[in-house]
Amino acid sequence: MKHSNTIIRQHIGAIVAALLGVSSIFYSPIGGTGEADPYLRPKIVPAPADNQLTPDRAELGKILFFDPRLSGSNWISCATCHNPALGWSDGLPTAIGDGMKTLHRATPTILNTAYNKIQMWDGRAPNLEEQATSPIVSPSEMNQDLDALIKELSAIPGYKALFEKSYPGEGISKQTISKAIASFERTVVSTESPFDKWRKGNKKAVSESVKRGFVLFEGKANCAACHQGFNFVDDGFHNIGLKKLGDVEDEGRFAHKKVKVLKGAFKTPTLRDIARTAPYMHNGVYKTLEEVVDHYNRGGENQENPDPNLKPLNLTDQEKADLVTFLKSLTGKHMTINIPQLPN
Amino acid sequence: MVRFNMKKAIFLLLSAWLPATQAAEIELGQQKKSFVQNGQKIERLKIKAGDTIRFKNYDPFFHNIFSLSTLKTFDLGSFPKGESRTVTFDTKGTVDIECAIHPQMQLKLEVE
Repeated sequence: MKHSNTIIRQHIGAIVAALLGVSSIFYSPIGGTGEADPYLRPKIVPAPADNQLTPDRAELGKILFFDPRLSGSNWISCATCHNPALGWSDGLPTAIGDGMKTLHRATPTILNTAYNKIQMWDGRAPNLEEQATSPIVSPSEMNQDLDALIKELSAIPGYKALFEKSYPGEGISKQTISKAIASFERTVVSTESPFDKWRKGNKKAVSESVKRGFVLFEGKANCAACHQGFNFVDDGFHNIGLKKLGDVEDEGRFAHKKVKVLKGAFKTPTLRDIARTAPYMHNGVYKTLEEVVDHYNRGGENQENPDPNLKPLNLTDQEKADLVTFLKSLTGKHMTINIPQLPN
Repeated sequence: MVRFNMKKAIFLLLSAWLPATQAAEIELGQQKKSFVQNGQKIERLKIKAGDTIRFKNYDPFFHNIFSLSTLKTFDLGSFPKGESRTVTFDTKGTVDIECAIHPQMQLKLEVE
């Protein structure tokens, strides 16, 4: 029973991938059986019982994701900041929101958010369904009144039909808008990188520098204290001692949980496709991966409330270069996406 | 003649009585970002009022222990592999315990 369910889910995934023009949603199983390699992406994308992934739901979510009518100005879509051509981010140090106002935090990639156990830089959303409408209603981001949005979408016949097909009898509501966008986000997953090919046994898939970098990553450089498993996250929060952005006081996770260690702490981001998502860090202070590695090698910059895992690393120039090469080996094949026609 | 020794008598009495009522110290591991007791992942635990829990970190990175529950609010700070912190629960009720760094590490403690 369990086995047949898995097969059905894999088929659904493959259909979703085919319909969306996603290059690969599940790895084809290569080679051995036994315990899964924790560094390889699990084949099944997790989804809650009340919002199982279907091709219709993912397609509706994609349409909503690219529709600027989801913002108060009718000018900003989710894809404005989470641009698939820029690693599902925006290439900016920090995001630009409603009224072209520069915000204080960088746009995180939505790649592999399906696997996160907690969402947003400060963890204020427990899952994708809760996260999806948060930027839409945020006055500084998309600045859209939700009731007005529901009215707006309900007046578009194309949307009425799409919602009915995806969520029969549930109508157009905050819940169904969130569920559809979350479904689309579950299709944005990392593809096979040179690092994955190496993990699967192809010794020539990566250079010797990458292999040395990986040893450092797990060892001397202590990166794996936070960046763990296939998605290189710990679903945790750390103050990594970043230089402040001007006079911005951003308490991060502490705003939601008043525990000392969380002051200035932000969620560990994925390292998948990291070469595509510069600039780096939650406030975009570093332009290159070399600068990021230098930061950690110094043991951080701002010593107000540093995470206890931070310490000077004493890496040589060769070791720093190897770490950067390793990080770049986490880049998968670019995900091909067909931009949808928006309904009228 | 055996003389009655009051001190000895009190000591003997206490020794016989203490093990039955002495509060326990329970070790809970922090391992693979979970709370672990005797090798098993746990999310709920019942203890007696007066018991102490010793949280010991078995992971190769720092963990934290805190609770913002009204019954008992505390922050034991962050500590590395091999180190432990203790906290005693004197009042009956429920306490939610978490690791601030890894919020999926949650323990519901019932103090009876």
